[in-house]
Amino acid sequence: MPTTTLPLPNLHPLPPRASLDSVVVRFAGDSGDGIQLAGNRFAAVTALAGNDLGTFPDFPAEIRAPVGTTYGVSAFQINFGARAIKTSGDSPDVLVALNPAALKVELPRTKPGGIVIVDTGSFTERNLRKAGYAADPLADDSLADYRIISIDVSKLTLEAAKPFGVSQHDALRCKNFWAIGLIYWMFDRDRASTVSWLKKRFTDEPIIAQANIAALNAGHAFGETAELNGDLVGYSVAAAELRPGLYRTITGGEALAWGLVVGTHLAELKLFFASYPITPASPLLHALARLRSLGVTTFQAEDEIAAICAAIGASYAGSLGVTSSSGPGLALKSEALGLAVAAELPLVVVNTQRAGPSTGMPTKTEQSDLMQALFGRHGESPVAVLAARAPTDCFETAIEAVRIATKFMIPVLVLSDGYIANAAQPWRMPSVETMAPFPVHFHTDPVGFEPYARNPETLARPWAVPGTPGMEHRIGGLEKDSLSGDISYSPANHQQMTDTRAAKLDRIARDIPEQTVEIGPESGRLAVVGWGSTYGPINRAISSLVERGCDVAHIHLRHLCPMPRNLGELLSRYDRVLVPEMNKGQLVTLLRAHYLVPAEGLNKVSGQPFKIEEIETAVLARLEQQEP
Amino acid sequence: MNVVSPIKPLTAKDYASDQEVRWCPGCGDYAVLKAVQKTLADIAADPARTVFVSGIGCSSRFPYYMSTYGFHTIHGRAPAVATGVKLANPDLDVWIATGDGDALSIGGNHLLHLLRRNVDVQLLLFNNEIYGLTKGQYSPTSRPGTRSPSSPGGSVERPVSPVLFALGAGARFVARSIDTAQKHLVEVLKQAHAHRGASFVEIFQNCIVYNDEVFAAFTEKQVSADAQVHVEHGKPLLFGADRRKGIRLVPSRLELETVRIGEDGVTEADILVHDRTNRTLATMLATMTLPVALGVLYCDPAESLDAAMHAAAGERPAGPTASELDALLRRGDTWTVAG
Repeated sequence: MPTTTLPLPNLHPLPPRASLDSVVVRFAGDSGDGIQLAGNRFAAVTALAGNDLGTFPDFPAEIRAPVGTTYGVSAFQINFGARAIKTSGDSPDVLVALNPAALKVELPRTKPGGIVIVDTGSFTERNLRKAGYAADPLADDSLADYRIISIDVSKLTLEAAKPFGVSQHDALRCKNFWAIGLIYWMFDRDRASTVSWLKKRFTDEPIIAQANIAALNAGHAFGETAELNGDLVGYSVAAAELRPGLYRTITGGEALAWGLVVGTHLAELKLFFASYPITPASPLLHALARLRSLGVTTFQAEDEIAAICAAIGASYAGSLGVTSSSGPGLALKSEALGLAVAAELPLVVVNTQRAGPSTGMPTKTEQSDLMQALFGRHGESPVAVLAARAPTDCFETAIEAVRIATKFMIPVLVLSDGYIANAAQPWRMPSVETMAPFPVHFHTDPVGFEPYARNPETLARPWAVPGTPGMEHRIGGLEKDSLSGDISYSPANHQQMTDTRAAKLDRIARDIPEQTVEIGPESGRLAVVGWGSTYGPINRAISSLVERGCDVAHIHLRHLCPMPRNLGELLSRYDRVLVPEMNKGQLVTLLRAHYLVPAEGLNKVSGQPFKIEEIETAVLARLEQQEP
Repeated sequence: MNVVSPIKPLTAKDYASDQEVRWCPGCGDYAVLKAVQKTLADIAADPARTVFVSGIGCSSRFPYYMSTYGFHTIHGRAPAVATGVKLANPDLDVWIATGDGDALSIGGNHLLHLLRRNVDVQLLLFNNEIYGLTKGQYSPTSRPGTRSPSSPGGSVERPVSPVLFALGAGARFVARSIDTAQKHLVEVLKQAHAHRGASFVEIFQNCIVYNDEVFAAFTEKQVSADAQVHVEHGKPLLFGADRRKGIRLVPSRLELETVRIGEDGVTEADILVHDRTNRTLATMLATMTLPVALGVLYCDPAESLDAAMHAAAGERPAGPTASELDALLRRGDTWTVAG
C-alpha cells in the first residue's frame, strides 16, 4: 500500500533508503532566510530526478517583517512522488524550521510522527521570546509527538563558510543551503545542478557562491555522517511515470503570461497588457514586461481603472487588450468592463483572487470573486468567465480566453488565485508550431459597412480598426442602434441590444466543449463539482475514494459563464452534488439556481487550500448518510 | 493623356458626420466643433487615421459629430483610453475632447499622468466652469460663490486652474483660447497638432444655460482688447486697442505687472518678450487674471511616451514566430522523460 507518511524509525526500524511513494517537505524560516530560493532549488532537482511534484510558497505580506517574529515566517512546501501529484500536499512529513517562530507557526500543520529538523543555533532566549515561547520547547517534552532532529545549523554553516572569507552576516545567510543540503541527502538528490546554478546566480560574487556551495555540501555530508550514527535515515522516492516529453517546472503566473502571448500569436494579433501593481497579480505584469523583444507591449498604468481603459483603447485600435488585477482591483475596473461590453470589443481581464473583502489577506488564497466576475457590474452586462484549475492549466485557459474574446467580440474574465499563481508544477511543454491558429480578420470592406451588423453564427460585430480608410465610425457607452451604432434611445432597440448581448453567451455555450467527468461514474450517488484551484485536492481525494470502490465522481468546470451546455443534464444524473469552494458558497448557489439540483456546499475561507483529507472526510460523510 | 483635375480644397464640412448636433442652441461647443473641423481641413487631416476620444459630459459628445473615428468612453477616463489607442497604434492622430468636470474632477488622475507621460495626443479641455449635462452643479473650476443646485448658498470651494495644473503635471505644450475666437482658436489648435507630445489646450467655453457670460469680463467685444493679451513666441507682450499696454516683470517682487508705454518712463524695451520655452514665464502668465493670457503659453517639446516605448521595443514589424515562442517555453531548466 502506498503511504504518504514517513514511518517512525524508532517504532519501525527501517534500512537506509527506504522507498516512499510520495512525501511532503516544508521549509520554514524567517522571511530573510532565503526559504523560497532554497525551496525552489529543491523543487528543480526533484523535477530533474523524475518525480512528479507540486509546490506552494507561503510567504508573509510584509516585505521585511521584524526578524524572528511569527508573522515574518516564510514557508515553502513541496509534495513530490513516484505517482501523479495533484496538490502541494496536506500535512508535511518533514518540517525544516530555521528559527523558533517557524517551529511555532508550522508545527501544528505538521503530521504527527513527522520529522522536524530545527536549527538549535537560532533558539536563543530572545528568539524564543519573539516567537511567543515561554520556555524552550526543545528542552521539555512538548514536542514528543514528533521526531525532532536538533542540529546547530547556524554554527555548522558558519564553519563551512568560514574558509571563504565572507562576513559572519553573509555566512549565516548560507544556512538555507546547508538545510537543503541535508534534505538533498535525505532524499538522495543530486547537487551538481544546484552548484552550477549558484555559480551562475552569484557570478559577480564568487565568494558568496563558494560559501553557499560549501554550506550545501556540508549539510549533505552531515546527513551521511549522521546516518552512520543511526540518527537520520535516508529515503528514496522513485521517478514518477510521466508522459514522455520535454518538461520544465512552471508557476501559474508564468503559464498565464505565456498563454496570453501564445493566444495572441494564434489570433495573429499584438498583445497589449496594461496593469497596476497588486498582490498577488503582479507576477503576470513582470513576466510579460520581460517579453518586449517578442513584440509584447506592457503599460504600468496609474491605477486599475486606467489599466483597463488603456487595454480597451488598445483593443479598439486593433491589438488584444489585456488587463489583470486581484479582487479589489477588479472592483475598480467594473465600470470600464461595462464599456467593453457595450462597445463589444475583445478584452481579457485576469483576476488573481486573494482573501477579501477589502485588503483582506493579500498573500493568501481564496475563490471569493466568482460572483463579482459574473455579476459585479452595473446594468445587464454579460461577460464570459473562465477559471484555471492548476498552474499548468493557466496556459490553456489563457489561450481559450483569447479565442473566445476575439471570436465573439466580448470581454473574457479569467479567474486564477494566489495559490495557482505562485505554485509550480512540472509541465510537458506543447509545441506552438503545431497549435491550430484562430486568426482574426479585421473588417476592411467599406461597402455596406455597419459597425453593429453581426456574424449570424457568433453574433460578433465587425472589428474595424482606426487607420482603415472608408470605415470611419463612432462607438461609445451610450446605447447604440443595432445596426448603425448611432445613439439610440428606442425602447425596442434597447431590448434587442440587451437580448443580443446576452445571446452571445448562448452562442459561446454552443462553441465550447461539453462538460466531462474527470474521474468516477457518469451517474450515481454523488458528484463533487469544483472550479479553479480546488482541482488538485478534489481530484486526489476522489481518485483514492474511487479506487476504494466509492460511488463518487469528480466534475471540474473551466467554463463558468456560460457553463457547458450539458452540465444541467449531467448533474441531474447524480443523487447528490457536493461543491467544495474556498468561499461561502458561490458556485453552489449558481448550480442550484441554474439547474435546480440539490447541491450543497463545502466551504473553507482560511486563506489555505483545501486538504485532500478534508474533501475525503466530507465525501465519506455524505456517502454514509445515504447508506440504507 | 491624363488630365489632373485640381484638388478641391478640404473644408470644415468634410469633417462633419451625418449626425444631428444636439447641444443647446447658442452653446459654445458649436464654435469649438467648427474650429476643430476647420483645423482638420486646413491641415488636410486623414479621417481614417484621426481618432477622437472623449469621456462624459456635454463636450464629450464631440466624437459623434466628426466624420473621423471616434470613441465616446466613460467619465474621466478618456486620457487612459486614448493612451491605449496611441500606444497600440502610434500612427494614429489622437484627439481628446473633455470638460472641466471630466478632466479635473473625476478624471484628474488620468489627466495628470497623460501629461507627465507626454503621450502624443491633443487634449481639448472645454472649460465652462459648470456641470452642464447633469443640470448645472458647480464644478472644480467654478469660482467661489457660484450659486448652483448643489451650492444654493454659493460654492465655498476654491477652483483649480487648468493651465497651472497642466504646467504642474509636466505638460510640454500648454495653450489657451476662447470658443468664439475662431481665428485664434484654429491657430492654437494647429500648433497643438504640430507639437509632438501631449498638447494641452484650455478653451473658455460659454454654457448659455447654466453659466452664461461667466467669461464675459474678458471675452466681450468692448473689453477684450484691454482684457486679453495674445502671447506669441519672440514677440513683446503687448495688448490694448492701441497696443500701447504691455506686461513687465517686477524683479523685486517676482511678479508681472501691466504698464502703459509712454507713461512713467516706460518704453517698449521694458516689455517682456514671450519665450514659449520658459516654464516660469508660462506659469506667471497663467496666473494672471487680468488681462487673461491667451495663445501658446508654453511649448518645449520632449520625447513622447509612444516614441520612447517604440524606440525601446525596437522595430518589430510582426509578432513572434511559433519557433520563437517554442524557444521561450523551453528557456531555463528542462528535462526529458523518455518513452
